[in-house]
Amino acid sequence: MSTIAPSTRVELDYTGSERLTMNMGPQHPSAHGVFRAILTLEGEQVVGIDAVIGYLHRCHEKLAETLTYAQYPSIASKTDYVAAMTSEFAYVRAAAMIGKIEVPKRAQYLRVIAAELQRVASHLLWLGTWCLDMGGALGGGATVFLYCIREREFILDLFESLVGARLLYGFYQVGGVRYDLPPGWAEQCRETVDFIDRRIGEYERMLEDNPFFLVRTQGVGVISRELAQGVGISGPLVRGSGVNYDIRRTEPYSSYEDFDFRVPVETGGDCYARYRVRMVEFRESLKIVRQALDRLPEGPISSRPGLKSVAQIRIPKGEAYARVEGARGEVGCYLIADGSAKPYRMKWRGASFSNLAILPHIIPGHKVADVVAIMGSVDPVFGEVDR
Amino acid sequence: MTLDQARTLIAERFPGAQAAGDSPMVVTVPADVWVPFARFAKETLGCWFFSFLTAVDWKEEGLEVVAKIDNVDEKLSLLVKTRLGPGVSACPSLTGVYRGADWMERECYDMFGIRFEGHPDLRRILLGDDWEGHPLLKSYPVDAPHPPFR
Repeated sequence: MSTIAPSTRVELDYTGSERLTMNMGPQHPSAHGVFRAILTLEGEQVVGIDAVIGYLHRCHEKLAETLTYAQYPSIASKTDYVAAMTSEFAYVRAAAMIGKIEVPKRAQYLRVIAAELQRVASHLLWLGTWCLDMGGALGGGATVFLYCIREREFILDLFESLVGARLLYGFYQVGGVRYDLPPGWAEQCRETVDFIDRRIGEYERMLEDNPFFLVRTQGVGVISRELAQGVGISGPLVRGSGVNYDIRRTEPYSSYEDFDFRVPVETGGDCYARYRVRMVEFRESLKIVRQALDRLPEGPISSRPGLKSVAQIRIPKGEAYARVEGARGEVGCYLIADGSAKPYRMKWRGASFSNLAILPHIIPGHKVADVVAIMGSVDPVFGEVDR
Repeated sequence: MTLDQARTLIAERFPGAQAAGDSPMVVTVPADVWVPFARFAKETLGCWFFSFLTAVDWKEEGLEVVAKIDNVDEKLSLLVKTRLGPGVSACPSLTGVYRGADWMERECYDMFGIRFEGHPDLRRILLGDDWEGHPLLKSYPVDAPHPPFR
């Protein structure tokens, strides 16, 4: 764990300087979790990085083999706890694919509303913490952070009145969703969406009119189109590198084909391009929520109402790979069912795991301060990296 | 490239491979063409996007390695599988074809003990270096204590 990986060591032609090994983490505030980067430095320049992960490993894949199809979805939310809704989504979708379980139209729309609000909440947390990481030059340091956290609270309030929980929900079920909208929720949601939509423009002006922000993000951490696909990064990262890959478009699920939205693609590949992609995604997600609320059909919210026992869902023998577009990219669940009440094997494809794997390829050659900016632009959630 | 074109190309180049389904297309190949098939999928079928690599323990039938690769421009999605055979825990490494295979194979080694031949830096990734056993094997019990405790 403590040796420098030969594959990631980059030899730069420096003379007269000594190499220094610096430990960044596991409790470094900019890592947003427990992550240790062993950096090899030549002065201020990083020439090698060994990423050490696994501090938050709970072996979700083994755990899933011991839990029934009704029990696991609420545990699934603990993989990516910043976007818990989409984590549950991948699992219930995989189980429904094997069992060929229909999901009522209303439930599909409710799933979309929850997933898109979750994307906005997750991106808000990313924007706030990223700007905080990059320090005082950005609108007084904590300003953007506090604004973003305030907006995120409004979405968490919505989730709380819908589900009763603020972080880990258990909202998705195999065959539908657990709760219908409470009275007055739709109006409250519309107000929140309009409020956040107005605020996004303000953050954009705060940041893009700030030369320090531009210097710290433009041309920093460039990922080429080829490298992006080879490593398998997804979500805003891969779209910031010019690859038009959004699962909501590639393989529409849960009625995403009903909604009119744009998938932003930037070609720069740097931190700024990833920032731009996410800023457009804010607005597109809010647009989807509005459309879904306007056209929300009547009807049941689950095709399996009145579930009495956790072992009641029987999934026939088979396998499926279900992917959904989470806030951080492709969240996938490869599920093998053997006909019993529990899966035979579950593979969790965490978007953050693949996204983080890009770091050894792009960090060497940058300054130490840029490591923080790059890591923030990758937006890893370590619950999902380590699973 | 359409699914049918992809199926024809696979059948021409790899007679031992079986392709079924469409989204994703499940392709089962013999272990000895694991790397050539991946290279063919990347260069000929345009599957540049490396989604994930994992394994499945089929108990006495042995281990199966599974990889998911995509052609995101043409919406072609392949789930490639190979059976290693009973008692075999060595598999050729895809690191020469896909850079994303580096961490995925390390995780697979960590969880299943599969030695990926040709991997530049095969060590544990999620568990500690001193961990004993490979947790996702079916022979690894969930209800027994496993030292070292932390």
